Amino acid sequence: MRIKLEKRPEPSRLMLVITPIASVLLTMLVGVVVFDALGIDGQRAVVDIFLTPLLASYKWQDVAVKAAPLIIIGLGLSIGNRANVWNIGAEGQYIIGALCAAGIGIAAGTSGGPFIMVLMVLAGIAGGSAWASVPAVLKTRLGVNEILSSLMFTYVALQVLSYLVGGPWKDPNGRNFPATAPLTADQALPLLPFTSVHLGVGVALVLPFLFWLLMSKSVFGYQIRVVGSAPNAARHGGFDSNQTVWLAMLIGGGMAGLAGALEFAGALKTINLGFPSGYGFTAIIVSFLGRLHPIGVLIAGIVLAVTYVGGQVAQTTVHIPNATAGIFQAMMLFFILASDIFVRYRVRFIPAAKSAPAAGE
Amino acid sequence: MQTNPIPRLELTGITKRFPGVLANDNVGFSVLPGEIHALLGENGAGKSTLVKMIYGIMQPDAGQIRWNGAPVTVQNPKAARKLGIGMVFQHFSLFDAMTVLENIALGLDANLPQRELEAKIRAVMQQYRLLLDPHRTVSTLSVGERQRIEIVRALLLNPSLLIMDEPTSVLTPQEVEQLFVVLRKLASEGCSILYISHKLHEIKALCDTATILRGGKLVDTCDPKVETSRSMAEKMIGAGLKEIKKVAGRTFGQERMIVNRLSVPGIGPFGISLHDINFEVKAGEIFGIAGVAGNGQNALLLALSGEVPSDDADAITVDGARVGTLSAKQRRLKGMASVPEERNGHAAVPEFTLSDNTILTARDRLHMVSGGLIRSGMAKTYAGEVITSFAVKALGPGATAGSLSGGNLQKYIMGREIMQKPSVLVVSQPTWGVDAGAAAAIHQALVDLAGQGSAIVVISQDLDELLSLCDTLAVINGGRLSKPMQVAEADINEIGLLMGGIHGDTSAVAPERAHAH
Amino acid sequence: MDSAFIISAIITIVGISTPILLAGLGELVAEKAGVLNLGVEGMMLIGAIAGFAVTVYTGNPWLGVVGAGVAGALSALLFGFFVLTLNSNQVATGLALTIFGTGLSSLIGLSFVGRIVPQFGSVFPRELATDPIGRLFFGYSPIVYFALIMVVLVAWFLKSTRSGLILRAVGENDLSAHSIGYSVIAVRYAAVAFGGAMAGIGGVYFSLVITPMWAERMTAGRGWIALALVVFASWRAPRLLVGAYFFGVLMWLELNAKAGGLSFLPGAALIPSQFWAAMPYLMTVVVLALISMRDRIGSNAPACLGKPFLPAT
Repeated sequence: MRIKLEKRPEPSRLMLVITPIASVLLTMLVGVVVFDALGIDGQRAVVDIFLTPLLASYKWQDVAVKAAPLIIIGLGLSIGNRANVWNIGAEGQYIIGALCAAGIGIAAGTSGGPFIMVLMVLAGIAGGSAWASVPAVLKTRLGVNEILSSLMFTYVALQVLSYLVGGPWKDPNGRNFPATAPLTADQALPLLPFTSVHLGVGVALVLPFLFWLLMSKSVFGYQIRVVGSAPNAARHGGFDSNQTVWLAMLIGGGMAGLAGALEFAGALKTINLGFPSGYGFTAIIVSFLGRLHPIGVLIAGIVLAVTYVGGQVAQTTVHIPNATAGIFQAMMLFFILASDIFVRYRVRFIPAAKSAPAAGE
Repeated sequence: MQTNPIPRLELTGITKRFPGVLANDNVGFSVLPGEIHALLGENGAGKSTLVKMIYGIMQPDAGQIRWNGAPVTVQNPKAARKLGIGMVFQHFSLFDAMTVLENIALGLDANLPQRELEAKIRAVMQQYRLLLDPHRTVSTLSVGERQRIEIVRALLLNPSLLIMDEPTSVLTPQEVEQLFVVLRKLASEGCSILYISHKLHEIKALCDTATILRGGKLVDTCDPKVETSRSMAEKMIGAGLKEIKKVAGRTFGQERMIVNRLSVPGIGPFGISLHDINFEVKAGEIFGIAGVAGNGQNALLLALSGEVPSDDADAITVDGARVGTLSAKQRRLKGMASVPEERNGHAAVPEFTLSDNTILTARDRLHMVSGGLIRSGMAKTYAGEVITSFAVKALGPGATAGSLSGGNLQKYIMGREIMQKPSVLVVSQPTWGVDAGAAAAIHQALVDLAGQGSAIVVISQDLDELLSLCDTLAVINGGRLSKPMQVAEADINEIGLLMGGIHGDTSAVAPERAHAH
Repeated sequence: MDSAFIISAIITIVGISTPILLAGLGELVAEKAGVLNLGVEGMMLIGAIAGFAVTVYTGNPWLGVVGAGVAGALSALLFGFFVLTLNSNQVATGLALTIFGTGLSSLIGLSFVGRIVPQFGSVFPRELATDPIGRLFFGYSPIVYFALIMVVLVAWFLKSTRSGLILRAVGENDLSAHSIGYSVIAVRYAAVAFGGAMAGIGGVYFSLVITPMWAERMTAGRGWIALALVVFASWRAPRLLVGAYFFGVLMWLELNAKAGGLSFLPGAALIPSQFWAAMPYLMTVVVLALISMRDRIGSNAPACLGKPFLPAT
């Protein structure tokens, strides 16, 4: 018996939706097995990582707050990925966006109010876009591979962060701890009453629908899809592919910077060396798990936020290190990448038959 | 030629099936030692599949292959080479960044020390006058020179059967002659040659026998020296050759497109530059541009369509408007439409639906966009109209372009452009890789469009197509265009010379072709 | 700045350059075959913990190195399965490998925190290895010498052997290689596995030599520097060696700046340590820009790098 792969004439819509769900479920299953093998209570660990954050009454706020940057960055990245532009530097753009917002906060001194908040957010978007514009220029002018260049700039951004919070922007009242002075109450973003859920979460819930409209109905969305599928056809159709690369990188950078600004101004209100949480990389998983579709990204962002919060829960209950959430996130990505094959091909099982005698036997 | 009763290669009852198509149906023929045997047929007739099985790339579902009288199973290309079968593919397997020597070494199965290999290569090159510097990087070579690498690769194996797959589509007439000299020499030494082609005059000039395939079946094995081109063509196509219905006594109207001193630098390190292109096309006229592949046809299409605009607004005029510097989008608004050579990936997006593919070129002229948003209902309606008018076999406007067969997709693309009623239509290779029925439909549609007053430019490597379709003809070579000539009065020999690079116009400057040597 | 300082500096630099040299060499081979594996950091961490664990259980650091290599190769084969057999996106899969490797090594490493391991003995006679001048040449851990030997072997392999030629061909034009009859997938699997093994050994250098103990995420981003290094070296092994030591100098400058000053370099006290830390990445971007400006053929980048292998038949 052998397995035969038959290419489907059209990608299977059913599979496109089922496979992300199946990937999450499979990951949970494999997780139980792996943990049990390592001598840890597998079922408890998986439940804590995947379900507790949704069920415990206070944990959903954490999920919402963690989901916001993942969704926002993921939206920006999925536009880029659709256009075949690979922005791996979202983490760096996220950091620079947050730093720009923090800069506004420091410059504002003690004054606050909506005007300052808007300025911080705009600075974040501008900063993230600017950071992404360098790999964009290198790609459009010189043909430099944006995967490598955007990645390099992430590590440069980390150093910029380290320098600023340890040097010029260090909080003078912070006992020499490398961190910026915290935002005052009227500089920070408003919260949903009695929760830690800030305005940024609201933004993260609305943006997917705007992006959906943009991608499916607008000429720009069409342009992105054509450039990603067939660059020659895009040129034939009158779309400038350099301009598209530019816009895709700037949107990706801008969204990452927005996420950074919102995370800073809404959740953390200060920036220290622990600020980079890897959201920029996890957002890549979010965008794949969400199949590059804005609503998919919304759901996937929530799922991954759950694993982040769950990882913290499991740290206290089953004593596994925080970093193990990464194992699950990676597994979900592995499964969804593997399952792509079911989208593009139909798997047939062919019973072993006596093959026709080959010529000349 | 030795008369040896045992054939070098004998095929009997070869059958090969793919999902949805019977590529070879009970095909058989034999090739004697030292014989130059043609395998003739249109695209899709089954020639490539048959030859892939001889070379071991695939296995037949039924039938037998005999080598020097003994039945064999050719498991893979390596086994084929071991038997003594060499193959020169139509599309080369070369590595641009590596040297000629490295490329040849990769094509061999044995591991020879460099010095020994180089000596052997030079010997073969000398013997067959296939001159090349072994240390040149392949990316710097011309197409004809690259083919020599492939031939040397095959010859180093000392083959007793050499398969040549459409070798001359990339050569000038003079290079074709050089190739024939090599092949005749090989045949005189006892090597059999299996020559795959659809070029009737070449087969008549070179080959001893011709096996004709059509639709996967064997039609006939005949002697090309006795047959006429027409009789072989009829066997190849399967019906009396249809004449294209042109309206009798046509007159042409005003100039609709004037190209004046169009010059565009080549794109990339190996792009062909266009120099001083001049021609005009009147309303109702079909203007043909002939030439061997790689002489600037693609560059010309991109320059005319607007994908690569020029610096000079006067270089191209459409109905009086100066469009030389305008982009493709803007030229469409001025009444121009174009169809590039590559259907999947350039003219259409394979993953998109037929409906979405109309948005690609028709959105501005047919008002499918308003306020930055797409009116998908209009796109769908238009797609439906094209499908019906051009008898495109597709499930509907929602089918993806990639799911259509070559001929149907080409009909769709042509229909998409023609039904926009352009003033000027520029097409490149309109029927390449398309079955005869769809090709006829496309030709008729072009003629009808011209009959309605549009000006049409057809760029093609198929001279037969151009001669039957066009009113006026020019030849492109090395990025330059010859003086146009009336098809009714054209001389095939002169066209051939022009394709090879000798311009008949004495006032033109002798072309300095970029010498790759 | 006296000679003892210089010698000590050189020894440190050689040490910190070795992991990125090893990981870079492995990645170079993988990329030459056309595969971009962004999972280097993850593979290094897997190698680090695997090698450490093996050494703890067997008491033999040499076996630890072998274990690290095997673990690294296995993790690379996992990546290879997704990318080569299932044709999944190389960038996403590589990132997943990094995240996976980081998490997995942290998890397994839990029970190894605080353990100590036996050290390598010196390769050369004790007198040479501890001699104040001699230690410059003879005093290194065996892994350092291994790395240098591998540079020579890899360079020779790629340039002068038939297998190396085939590997380069596969990375240059996979469809042509396939037409001729080479197994593109098999060659790429082998290249990727080699890359993983080298990354694993590069990682175990941290846990067995630099600080002979385990701490999670102990490679601290060196895997990413190794990726940069391959590009910086224009995919050529001899240049990789030079680049690795150059980056090593930059990393050493960062360490010293952090520790409180580069008193030996006039004016250097004004330059923050972060500048040196950022330098390898910035320099790589500069090199990327320079090589992209020239004809791509001259840039040595394998033409198929990062692209999936999609044979028509």
